[in-house]
Amino acid sequence: MARFGMVIDTRKCVGCMDCVIACKTENDVPDGHCRDWIGQRLQGTMPDLRLTITSERCNHCDRPPCVTCCPTGASHVHDFGKVVLVDHDKCIGCKACLAACPYDARFVHPDGYADKCTFCIHRVEKGLAPACVSVCPTHSMYFGDLDDPDSEVSRLIASRRHFVLKPDAGTQPRIFYLE
Amino acid sequence: MAHLSRRRFLKIAGFSAGAAAIAGGGTRTLQAMATRGPAGETRTVPTSCDLCFWKCNAIAHVRDGRLWKITGNPADPLSRGRLCPRGTGGIGAHFDPSRLHAPLIRRQARGEEVWAEVTWDEALGYVADRMQKIKATYGPEAVALFAHGIGGAFLKHTLKAYGGVNIAAPSFAQCRGPRDVGFELTFGEGIGSPERTDIANARCLVLIGSHLGENMHNTQVQEFAEAIANGASIIVADPRFSIAASKARHYLPVKPGTDLALLLAWMNVLVTEGLYDKAYVEQFGFGFENFAAEIATRTPEWAYPETGIPPELIRETAREMARHRPATLVHPGRHTTWYGDDAQRARAIALLNALLGSWGRKGGFYYPSSMDVPGYPYPAYPKSERGKVDNPEHKFPFASEAITTGIREATISGKPYPIKGWLVYATNLVQALPAQEETIKAIQNLDLMVVVDVVPSEIAGWADVVLPETVYLERYDDLNVELFRDPFVALRQPVVPPPGDQKPNWWIARELAVKLGLGAYYPWKDIEEYLDHRLKAAGHSLAELKQVGIVKGAKPPRYFDEGVATEFATPSGKIEFYSSQLAAAGFDPVPRYTRPVEGPPGSFRLLYGRAPVHTFSRTQTNPILQDAMSENEVWVNASVGARMGLRSGDYVTLRNQDGVVSNRVKARVTEAIRPDCVFMVHGFGHTARGLRGAYGRGASDSQLITRYVTDPLMGGTGTNVNFVTIEAGA
Repeated sequence: MARFGMVIDTRKCVGCMDCVIACKTENDVPDGHCRDWIGQRLQGTMPDLRLTITSERCNHCDRPPCVTCCPTGASHVHDFGKVVLVDHDKCIGCKACLAACPYDARFVHPDGYADKCTFCIHRVEKGLAPACVSVCPTHSMYFGDLDDPDSEVSRLIASRRHFVLKPDAGTQPRIFYLE
Repeated sequence: MAHLSRRRFLKIAGFSAGAAAIAGGGTRTLQAMATRGPAGETRTVPTSCDLCFWKCNAIAHVRDGRLWKITGNPADPLSRGRLCPRGTGGIGAHFDPSRLHAPLIRRQARGEEVWAEVTWDEALGYVADRMQKIKATYGPEAVALFAHGIGGAFLKHTLKAYGGVNIAAPSFAQCRGPRDVGFELTFGEGIGSPERTDIANARCLVLIGSHLGENMHNTQVQEFAEAIANGASIIVADPRFSIAASKARHYLPVKPGTDLALLLAWMNVLVTEGLYDKAYVEQFGFGFENFAAEIATRTPEWAYPETGIPPELIRETAREMARHRPATLVHPGRHTTWYGDDAQRARAIALLNALLGSWGRKGGFYYPSSMDVPGYPYPAYPKSERGKVDNPEHKFPFASEAITTGIREATISGKPYPIKGWLVYATNLVQALPAQEETIKAIQNLDLMVVVDVVPSEIAGWADVVLPETVYLERYDDLNVELFRDPFVALRQPVVPPPGDQKPNWWIARELAVKLGLGAYYPWKDIEEYLDHRLKAAGHSLAELKQVGIVKGAKPPRYFDEGVATEFATPSGKIEFYSSQLAAAGFDPVPRYTRPVEGPPGSFRLLYGRAPVHTFSRTQTNPILQDAMSENEVWVNASVGARMGLRSGDYVTLRNQDGVVSNRVKARVTEAIRPDCVFMVHGFGHTARGLRGAYGRGASDSQLITRYVTDPLMGGTGTNVNFVTIEAGA
């Protein structure tokens, strides 16, 4: 079975938020919430500055604390692509997962359940890329099977310097940022 | 937006979810379904985006009769299948809660924003009646039209049929005008829109204040990312560490207003070190000796105290440009009305490109082309004896388009003849023109002020009659016959019906013409007939375009080495390093640098620019884009912030040199801007009360731009000449 992950090229990304907006329309994300967002980190002093832009979302971690802490089993690792999902009908909105996630990737939907990025699994099942990947005007986002050594994501990770967010959290995130 | 919630969907539509579970083969799939949108009936409609002037071609997706999302049309060479964030959020224009729903006629003083709703018949009857009275007293030339974008085409037609001649858009004198004039004077041709910049193939890209990535002109940003991926060397000169600067090999934090000194020094290095394209200059150049003599003293050492850029860095970057020529593109920018000597700065950019041999070469400036789609065969327009008012006696001899602020001035002064009516289409003149007081003063002289808009913008607030237009997703517009690298013709067509009594611009223009007794100028019964007529004349049909959205033409040669004729429409027929026509008109034949005027002590030069999720001052009420960015910030250098005890997120107000105080705005205290200037994203700080969620949010740069310097070559209004102080504790 596949193990889906994402690779994002921070050299090409301009932080335009197209990914954020595409996710909102694709998934009807309620106003005032978002499933993905843009991080910016500026280092140095004028004129020797360095800006790192990161398109961020649920990392669909290999060791997801949101799943282990969920009292009802609503947060789960799905068989298809090992994607971390929330079963809305099982979710009681207790927010344990919101507290457990080191990436602050979750929010409580106005309808009462924990909501977050699904890697657009409804699109992936049809052979489409997640909405954010499909719209990116700088083509800086890649999606695929990390367990397939020939996939584009695996080849990029093997060939380019990269980092993940909060590696110390021990969650083994599956979004990789190319430097 | 009141969507059917997913939770409710599951309860109502349990059957279809169950069916999907069986098809998917297990209960785990059912659980996954719980995270998905409802699987309704979806249809797609090809159309074109109107979130900015780029006019990307798109595919709108409608689910269960409701607009769902919009994506790029893969057949489109502009979007290349991917819209920018504004385009992706474009469906918010349809759902915008601030939309105008019915025609309005003013009931109190202009600017009070008090109206009564009327029928279209009443509103257009009122407009036609006033227009006839103005014509009888002052002549038809006394009604002017300000129109931005493709949607203005039919109103222009109606006004010309009426006898109007004064038609302008801020896109010239408040935006790209100086750039086009500077290039016309040098190469005999302008840059156009979309720009003829071959960014994708550039090996070295030089950006001067142009903040690609924050300005999301789609094709350019896509090509910018391609150039980065290809390892192109990027050089950025900007007082602010922009997104583009963060991608640069060389970042030059140039002192605001001194770009021309930097450009002259770069050219000095190329000439004195013999690094320029000698064969190209020899073959195509005119007046090179005069030019070389003029810039001989403009050394990097001379430029250093002006620009703050060390001489070694100026030399190193000039050599870098030479190393990659002719695939070195010095980008001409777009919004270039900065200091009032902008056409000369643009000319210096043109000359730098000429030295690098990039014009007409791959990785530089390509030659665009368009398909042959004939215009509709209308009757001839009436002739005017009086000429236009915007540029009397060719005061600005090199203006190649009408000057908005010239029409404003004539409206105030009544000279060379009175202007008594303004029709304003899709341009928020209060925010788009500098010195708002002058705009308002001009409006007070009018007998008729009509605004066609989709939301109650600031300019609508000053109108006698407000005509609510359908948004682009609900209407046809004229064909987009694009002048571009790959020529094409594209259609905008309605995707969903409008939510109220809004009408498309073509209908408004046609009805107004009929009421003016000018029905003969509209021989077609509706726009479908018009579009089909034009398309059939080009060997296509409306039925075809409705299916595909866009049809491409043959790929013509784009570069000199592909067979483009090496002809230059200048007086000498060559690339003019020395401009005799500038000399004859009393201007510098080779650009000369003038030191910018400094502001009062303790003040900061006010700079402004774009954000990727908004266009001008027209998208702030779009709920999707508002959610992405609801207010702007003022960028303040970290040392200034420390001195003032300011932290990011603190609210401040800005006071300009004339005592105008801004609305409160969040400070962004950052290393990413020089200490002598501040920066804001344009388009915020709305003062029109009907703009929900945007009224009073952030600050307006336009409000603080009370001064401007007019470019003597072409009438552009340089607006980076205002200074502010920061007042904490707002």
